Amino acid sequence: MALSYLRSSSSRSVNLLKPLSSSLPLRRPISTDTTPITVETSVPFTSHQCDAPSRSVETNPKELLTFFRDMALMRRMEIAADSLYKAKFIRGFCHLYDGQEAVAVGMEAAITKKDCIITAYRDHCTFIGRGGTLLEVFAELMGRQAGCSKGKGGSMHFYKKDSNFYGGHGIVGAQVPLGCGLAFAQKYSKDETVTFALYGDGAANQGQLFEALNISALWDLPAILVCENNHYGMGTAEWRAAKSPAYYKRGDYVPGLKVDGMDALAVKQACKFAKEHALKNGPIILEMDTYRYHGHSMSDPGSTYRTRDEISGVRQERDPIERIRKLILSHDLATEEELKDIEKEVRKEVDDTITQAKESPMPEPSKLFTNVYAKGLGVESFGADRKEVRATLP
Amino acid sequence: MATGFHGVGAAVAALSSSPSNSFDSKKLLCSPRRSFPVRKGASFVVDRSDGSVNLDNNPKARRAQQLIVNAVANKADSSPASSSSKPGHELLLFEALREGLEEEMDRDPRVCVMGEDVGHYGGSYKVTRGLAEKFGDLRVLDTPIAENSFTGMGIGAAMTGLRPVVEGMNMGFLLLAFNQISNNCGMLHYTSGGQFTIPIVIRGPGGVGRQLGAEHSQRLESYFQSIPGIQMVACSTPYNAKGLMKAAIRSENPVILFEHVLLYNLKERLPDEDYICNLEEAEMVRPGEHVTILTYSRMRYHVMQAAKTLVNKGYDPEVIDIRSLKPFDLHTIGNSVKKTHRVLIVEECMRTGGIGASLTAAITENFHDYLDAPIMCLSSQDVPTPYAGTLEEWTVVQPAQIVTAVEQLCK
Repeated sequence: MALSYLRSSSSRSVNLLKPLSSSLPLRRPISTDTTPITVETSVPFTSHQCDAPSRSVETNPKELLTFFRDMALMRRMEIAADSLYKAKFIRGFCHLYDGQEAVAVGMEAAITKKDCIITAYRDHCTFIGRGGTLLEVFAELMGRQAGCSKGKGGSMHFYKKDSNFYGGHGIVGAQVPLGCGLAFAQKYSKDETVTFALYGDGAANQGQLFEALNISALWDLPAILVCENNHYGMGTAEWRAAKSPAYYKRGDYVPGLKVDGMDALAVKQACKFAKEHALKNGPIILEMDTYRYHGHSMSDPGSTYRTRDEISGVRQERDPIERIRKLILSHDLATEEELKDIEKEVRKEVDDTITQAKESPMPEPSKLFTNVYAKGLGVESFGADRKEVRATLP
Repeated sequence: MATGFHGVGAAVAALSSSPSNSFDSKKLLCSPRRSFPVRKGASFVVDRSDGSVNLDNNPKARRAQQLIVNAVANKADSSPASSSSKPGHELLLFEALREGLEEEMDRDPRVCVMGEDVGHYGGSYKVTRGLAEKFGDLRVLDTPIAENSFTGMGIGAAMTGLRPVVEGMNMGFLLLAFNQISNNCGMLHYTSGGQFTIPIVIRGPGGVGRQLGAEHSQRLESYFQSIPGIQMVACSTPYNAKGLMKAAIRSENPVILFEHVLLYNLKERLPDEDYICNLEEAEMVRPGEHVTILTYSRMRYHVMQAAKTLVNKGYDPEVIDIRSLKPFDLHTIGNSVKKTHRVLIVEECMRTGGIGASLTAAITENFHDYLDAPIMCLSSQDVPTPYAGTLEEWTVVQPAQIVTAVEQLCK
């Protein structure tokens, strides 16, 4: 569908020239070209109590192709997780992020691995963005010991300490005070890094969020609160849950910025701006206007509270991967073929990893008692019956 | 449990008018078996927990800056062979807590305190008085009244390696932070597969006070006891208050330290040397032969009061202050049960679902064969603590009831 769009908009001559130009350099999987390209974001930023950053974003072919690949990987991963859930390899809760990938990749492009990210339970793609591997994701989802939390956390508890990804939290809104605590620790250690605390439009009505925001503003913490507004808090539309759905303005005295969350470059620009702001002036709220194609979780069809037309409409017009694809094609950074190849490669990678994850073993029974307490206690743990099951904690 | 109330008034009056309940340092003779500190001469050797900073070697200069209000000063001698710390200094319990906290903050720059009114006000029970002036606003943080979020922030900071000490002005207020304590504090080490440790200390006064009303007289140990991944300790004397505070701060696990509103003014002579108390160990208060009385926090004093009467009547109770509420020190308790064969638990929690209930179950399951009589558990009544003084007395276990219970047990 993108192809037809492109053909109609670009001139014939460019298409004719394509075979020539693609034969000159050899196969270029990911372009390492870093010549800057300036792109305009889809919509201008709306700001509250601050000056909005410019609409023109600097990027380069390498970054755009990385965006494309990463988002394609995330999309493929989430769709594969959907099938795995239906095949009962993944149990319990599974909250999928497809549609929202631009937020994860755009944010990563603007920050370093020393900055902290903490999010709620829709964390599979954020984990990948932070450097997690596909095997860790699928193994954790299936409860295997190769998972990032050794199979003991599950879908809602992905963590990666060495790249400062703090999870992965099941209780709505509880991660925001934790995120402000991370920011406090960063200020305490004088790191010059920031924390991005992500939450959804549903969590935006939690009291602890405002408590944490107050404390962050009071103590000037480098905390960036990011509302991933996909317009539905589980099954409730935002206008039915919030008197004021302008989440970026909810901070009152804290500045806010509203961003098109389906545009990875806008997200990147906003996060860069927010990081500079937070290091100098304390907390800031970002509202990412985004959308999820799946329901809230796998037990929610996603169509009882919204129409299928709405979902397919967003997919047609605002899909983040399509936007990057069009950008790449219009700037002639890769051919249709190459992008399709990337997608095929990604699909194969996901399929291979799933096979590998399916074969990896379940955790040992003795691991039931490990990591309840930190090392050094030497305490003996009894099972509930106090006699049969015993383990000495490491 | 509501047997005769004779002598209730006298017993209560006796306890209430004795802020200087000085227990001398004979407690040092039963210093914890598995304790960490090794005293070498006059220098303060501090055990090293994983990767923590070693101490400062100039304790005398440090001490000179401390605000020890009631201490009997005796710093001049640097006698090397101070194996028994006869020369010590007298402190009230809240000062002991402060001393422990201050020593740990000196020792490790990652320790910080956060809570309501802990900084400029000096702490509502003066536990943190003087610390803000000494350590600054970034290490002693006054928070707004937002328990849920500042406990969450403490936990978030602990995930990165800081060691916050979160104060609940009253333990009851921490009910607002229950989600953070249960899900994040207790469980994150497990759900992250061991990636994060949460070396946080959550402390505060709880228990039934002097007509404070129902909401300010709560015993949260019964609500927190099921949370996996946390440790709970209850201090009862200045000695173990300081020791437990220090051990809790050094522990890699989240520790909830339960203090009691009515015990803050107890005075005791503390040793000058650095020491900590084992977090998982119970304290033998009075060895005996006839019956094991298990208790903790303020009820320890009611038990000791009753013990005087019991000794006069010819009984020989063994009193153990369990101190570690989670996990229970079944080693000490078990040895005692094997010796006396009778157990009486005296606690301040309510009957339903309290620490006593869990302890009864634990002892029954493990030491059933050693018991000559069913375990008796004296707890507070299952009622909200009333305001009226007389009613409040009847809510809590009084020494006379303890005497009657022992007499019944030992029949």
